[in-house]
Amino acid sequence: MVRDETLPDGEITHYLRYTWKKKIIMLGLMMMTAMLALYAISAGSAELSPWQVLLTLLGQTEGQSKIIIWSIRLPRVLAAMVAGIGLAVAGAVMQTILRNPLASPSTLGIAQGAAFGAALAIIGLGAGSTPSTGGGALLINSPYLVTISAFVAAMLTTMIILFLAQYKGVSPESMVLAGVALGSLFSAATMLLQYFTNDVNVAAVVFWTFGDIGRASWGELGIMFCVVFGSLLFFLFNRWNYNALDSGAETAKGLGVNVESTRQWGMFFASLITATVVSFLGIMAFIGLVAPHLVKRLIGGDNRFLIPASGVMGALLLLAADTLARRIIAPVVLPVGAVTSFLGAPLFLYLLVRGSKLR
Amino acid sequence: MILSVNGIEFRYGSRPILENIGFTVQRGEFLSILGNNGAGKSTLLKTLNKILSPKKGSILLDGQEVSKLSRLAIALKMAYVAQNYESNRQTVFDAVLLGRKPYIKWEATASDLALVQGVLAKTGLEEFALRYLDELSGGELQKVVIARALAQEPEVLLLDEPTSNLDLRNQMEVLKTIQTAAKEKNIAVIAVMHDLNLALRFSDKFMLLQNTKVFVAGGPEVMTAENITQSYGVSVSVERVRNQIVVIPM
Repeated sequence: MVRDETLPDGEITHYLRYTWKKKIIMLGLMMMTAMLALYAISAGSAELSPWQVLLTLLGQTEGQSKIIIWSIRLPRVLAAMVAGIGLAVAGAVMQTILRNPLASPSTLGIAQGAAFGAALAIIGLGAGSTPSTGGGALLINSPYLVTISAFVAAMLTTMIILFLAQYKGVSPESMVLAGVALGSLFSAATMLLQYFTNDVNVAAVVFWTFGDIGRASWGELGIMFCVVFGSLLFFLFNRWNYNALDSGAETAKGLGVNVESTRQWGMFFASLITATVVSFLGIMAFIGLVAPHLVKRLIGGDNRFLIPASGVMGALLLLAADTLARRIIAPVVLPVGAVTSFLGAPLFLYLLVRGSKLR
Repeated sequence: MILSVNGIEFRYGSRPILENIGFTVQRGEFLSILGNNGAGKSTLLKTLNKILSPKKGSILLDGQEVSKLSRLAIALKMAYVAQNYESNRQTVFDAVLLGRKPYIKWEATASDLALVQGVLAKTGLEEFALRYLDELSGGELQKVVIARALAQEPEVLLLDEPTSNLDLRNQMEVLKTIQTAAKEKNIAVIAVMHDLNLALRFSDKFMLLQNTKVFVAGGPEVMTAENITQSYGVSVSVERVRNQIVVIPM
């Protein structure tokens, strides 16, 4: 936003003050996320002080703490942040372009599609698991096959929804319903696969769907980063189009927006993010739904601020959930997907009831 | 001639909605489209800026075929105020700023903001600048969507029942604002109107639609009791009261 002190006092000054408030809230969220990230890197079975963490990140220390931070904790924390940004931004864009507050990666069947893909790979394509003798955790023989299969199935779900919208003239409202239908179809298919296989495979599928940030290595993190930030850039480029869409499809057309292609490409990139994140890390419910809504309560629905702030909120929530999942009954790590809902739902309900808003 | 419409046809399936519609509008002119519900008024308005594509005929906007222009190119010249609009959690200032969307590349500039401020002042919305749309009354909301269209700096302004939600005072205020802006900036206004008396008071030209076709079109001289009675199917009397033509249903 341009700040020009020579402008006459009045609405513009008030308006700029109003948009600055939003920016300050966003900055506050970023700082909270950064502080939490520092804590998350320092906390663990090998306790490190935040100071040690900073020194290590700056390359000033050698030895054990360097290995712990660079190969275990930093990728995990970054993965939580990148995945959180991705899921939240995807949710925010889906809610805007489908004009439905319930639209999110998990309500549009994409997550269920990914779970089916993973189950198919584990059970049908022999990427199945062998019980590990030591730690009790289950191992998946060929994680890449599972990831690719999950990704393909998730994108297939999206393609079906987009196909219906493009060629059958299905409305945005019906796209959400189509997503719900596809989600339950894939859930049923996953159930059938599980019914006809052995208990080890069932356990592996269930374990996969739990969602685990720790699965990400640097290589996977790099792919997620590129997909998430590439799509984010696309969304930011379209933020005025999304604002226009928010005022109704006909108004948007009158404002020069190509409504159909804006919807299609928005859905495509939102789904690409979801498919990528979910196939690498498993299902993390609720982030894509709750983060944009929390932000809307804080700073309103203007996509210029909603999209980036949702990303920050998503990073904060998923990082908080993962840190809690690691720490609450350490050394046992809880499934992060359950924690996201435990953390997000009460917060969400509280804000719904309180109805906080920025003026 | 800013807009020239020739032989437009539109149908939903096999049901004809518009047949052989043609008219022209000059800059600074206010054309009212009149007629019963279902006569095709709103559909006609939507074909003008390519929200709907007519099956036949041509629409020339400043000499260019509308069907060949991009949405953005159309939006730079034509603004459209829909009959139904959404109220959402967005401030009045933001809603009007959205009218600058066709001009904004990455972010709104200082001149965009100044223009919005000017439009807010002109439409009497200054004190509502930071109010949320979902906290406004129907009349205020109607002013906001018209202000947004004016912020678009159009050469042609399309309005679908701009006064349908308004009380008497707001009807007059809103139409007065539109009329003044149209004369000042030389904007052509095409409005679907329900209230014949308001149409008579503010427009220069009239087009009566009946059953998908133009029944009659022209200046105030076409607004005779006979024409109105025939096209609406209600007998009326047209009188002159204090130098103002009024239509009275009998």
